[in-house]
Amino acid sequence: MKLKLKIWKQKNARSGGAFETYDLDGVAPEMSFVEMLALLNQTLVQQGREPVAFDHDCHEGICGSCGMYINGYPHGPVKGLTTCLLSMRHFKDGETIVIEPWRAKPFPVVKDLIVDRSALDKIQVAGGFISVTTGAAADANAVLVSKKKSDLAFDSAACIGCGACVAACKNASAMLFVSAKISQYALLPQGKPEAKERVRAMIAEMDKQSFGSCSNTGACEAQCPKQIKLFNIARLNREYYKAF
Amino acid sequence: MITLNSKIPDGPLEEKWTKYKKEAKLVNPANKKKLDIIVVGTGISGAPAASSLGEMGYNVKVFCYQDTPRRAHSVAAQGGINAAKNYKNDGDSVYRLFYDVIKGGDFRAREANVYRIAEVSNQIIDHFTAIGVPFAREYGGTLTTRSFGGVQVSRTFYSSGQTGQQVLLGAYSSLNRQIKAGTVTMFPRREMLDLVIIDGKARGIIVRNLITGEIERHSAHAVVLATGGYGTIYYLSTLAVNSNASAAWKAYRRGAAFANPSFVQIHPSSVPQMNEFQSKLTLMSESLRNDGRVWVPKAKGDRRPANEIPEEERDYYLERRYPAFGNLVPRDVASRAAKERCDAGYGVGPTGLAVNLDFRDAIKKQGKKAIEEKYGNLFEMYRDITGIDSYEEPMRIYPAGHYTMGGLWVDYELMTTITGLFAIGEANFSDHGANRLGASSLMQGAGDGYFILPYTISNYLAPEIKVPRIKTDTPEFQEAEERAVERINRLLSVKGKQTATDFHKKLGKIMWDHCGMTRTEAGLTEALRLIRELREEFWKDLAVPGSADELNQELEKAGRVADFLELGELMVTDALNRRESCGAHFREESQTPDHEALRNDDEYAYVAVWEYNNDQPPVLHREQLKFEFVELKQRSYK
Repeated sequence: MKLKLKIWKQKNARSGGAFETYDLDGVAPEMSFVEMLALLNQTLVQQGREPVAFDHDCHEGICGSCGMYINGYPHGPVKGLTTCLLSMRHFKDGETIVIEPWRAKPFPVVKDLIVDRSALDKIQVAGGFISVTTGAAADANAVLVSKKKSDLAFDSAACIGCGACVAACKNASAMLFVSAKISQYALLPQGKPEAKERVRAMIAEMDKQSFGSCSNTGACEAQCPKQIKLFNIARLNREYYKAF
Repeated sequence: MITLNSKIPDGPLEEKWTKYKKEAKLVNPANKKKLDIIVVGTGISGAPAASSLGEMGYNVKVFCYQDTPRRAHSVAAQGGINAAKNYKNDGDSVYRLFYDVIKGGDFRAREANVYRIAEVSNQIIDHFTAIGVPFAREYGGTLTTRSFGGVQVSRTFYSSGQTGQQVLLGAYSSLNRQIKAGTVTMFPRREMLDLVIIDGKARGIIVRNLITGEIERHSAHAVVLATGGYGTIYYLSTLAVNSNASAAWKAYRRGAAFANPSFVQIHPSSVPQMNEFQSKLTLMSESLRNDGRVWVPKAKGDRRPANEIPEEERDYYLERRYPAFGNLVPRDVASRAAKERCDAGYGVGPTGLAVNLDFRDAIKKQGKKAIEEKYGNLFEMYRDITGIDSYEEPMRIYPAGHYTMGGLWVDYELMTTITGLFAIGEANFSDHGANRLGASSLMQGAGDGYFILPYTISNYLAPEIKVPRIKTDTPEFQEAEERAVERINRLLSVKGKQTATDFHKKLGKIMWDHCGMTRTEAGLTEALRLIRELREEFWKDLAVPGSADELNQELEKAGRVADFLELGELMVTDALNRRESCGAHFREESQTPDHEALRNDDEYAYVAVWEYNNDQPPVLHREQLKFEFVELKQRSYK
């Protein structure tokens, strides 16, 4: 396959950026999107040109490193996949692909397609934990948890923290991300003792990091590579009301 | 010259750890905050260590190359985490877990260390559950388990096929709690470039800020490496593409001995390689072998679609060769058996380098829903990559480089041969012998970090309370920084034609062909020559664009590959030295008549410990393994 790639290039956080166009030949349909970019970089380095910086690591859709707009969609046009698992067979020979970093105020561009997502960590630091010190736990079966609730908690906990939900949202809201964590703990008895403090602290930090408001359009759910459900946001809202 | 002292407490096996804890020195709470500890790596060993040490009151500085600690590659562990809970009432116990790990490792691990990890295994499950890790449960609300290779009990706790993610995020949440409390400071996007030793003690590290390129000095009273394994030396492996050996390698070059470097686990079930551009082999969890049956056609070169091959023309070779353990033989055995069938011409798929993993019978018996519940995400991932629906036709799998049992040598206190430098998790060598059993890596990593290191490091730090904060403006820091900068400049100044990836691929092929699933004297000798040639070529023809004072991913890669080019030689040297087969290390010259690994306990029941010797060949030290509590036996899974 031959492709035309329009990729956002930006030297660092302080400088401006612009699209640059690259022609790439020899793309195989079974390559993943990041392997295609690696091929581009390999070609660029061999030509003595500067490669495109982008984050990627596990290549199996679980670490959450990769993430970029591909033709306007976070992680590309296929539902339920991260960029690293997106196969090139979803693109056509001769196609032009536009690739950009996440666009959201809380995610400043670091270089090219790499953005700074530490705002998400700061929300977790604010309260995304259960305060049990190492060594203090009782036997794991001392507290019974219904399988249904435990499974639901797991579904919420599957979030990989890639930031696609923020990137998909016209308001750059982090509600899906925050609600996934809140839901995990709200569904489990272990999370109950600190439920109020947690939701208040995490929401306050989310606002402080200048994420936008949620207007319930559901773009986050549609673009989430792990298919985290919008229902989590409803649960977050309920937890939040209960916390005052 | 180093001297090895494993510091194993004497006394009965089950009392050693208790005895150690009883006698270990403590640091009083007021003094802990005067003591700094550096932890490098935030995976399932580093994050637990850092958060636990922070909870205790130490002042902890944590480093990782990723943009956030939550992305360490432990996140990708799929199948589960072992513990001796015996919740299934199937005869499990601490002793049985210990014995399975010793036997699974083909009697090349230390009894005392393995017993200790089995002992703390239950606490790990308790702790993760208490901090909100959603392990799979029974309808009655208790935790459930599943079976893994090499054992006959069901002791593996799991969260679907994403156990690593769930436990790592649990550990990450504890880390966050300590960051909020101010006991832990997080330094993401930093790569360790060197270790600083002052008066014979590890006192700091030199790191590069991967965003700005700035070189930073960080000091501490003790340094902990939790930097994982080096399986990416094969280029194609199940690891994250940025996983690397550099921190451990720098420690080795500064005097930390490296143990059993050639012990690498080749995982039997990864998605087979599809093309030359592939950057990674994706793992399909071993837990799939609970319900999937492995087979190839009985006829050589039979290329009919799997579903068209009738039952009587299928060779379920694991069930045939190992009736007692069947599809659940340990990983090394399963990998070699797959290679044997493919080499003999019975492989399937477009390349013939694959075997079938078939769920037809399990789906028939348990229903699709039950299988989906257990492995849903794995089936999905397999479909995303290959386009094949494994509910309808078998998965195709092939072995891939996965986990390194070898690593920095540590004593019972997890301290390396450098005083004050500790290594935990996959970065050390201590618990898995010559082969790791499935779901034991999360157990060992978390056990080291949560329940072992906090005791042993305190024992080390107790006399250090009089040592004031270590200054970074010393000649030792200066020298280490200069060395790091000089090396970066050297990488940038080659200005050749080949990329770091080109060299990595070439090295990977040498290692896979000659120091992979099977090894021979001739092949290893050849590999030594090839690696040296390649290393020479690297320093003549490497191309690294850009500069050192910016985000430069090619420069990062080049540094890692340069280290791999040295480590590869040590791995081959170690494999050459060990003229026996054991666990994952299979020397073709040493096998039983039915092609199983043949150990030579008289000559090789030791840990091969290599000491760096500048430009001279490394010096071999032997830690003789004493088996006081188990009888050395030829491993059999038949």
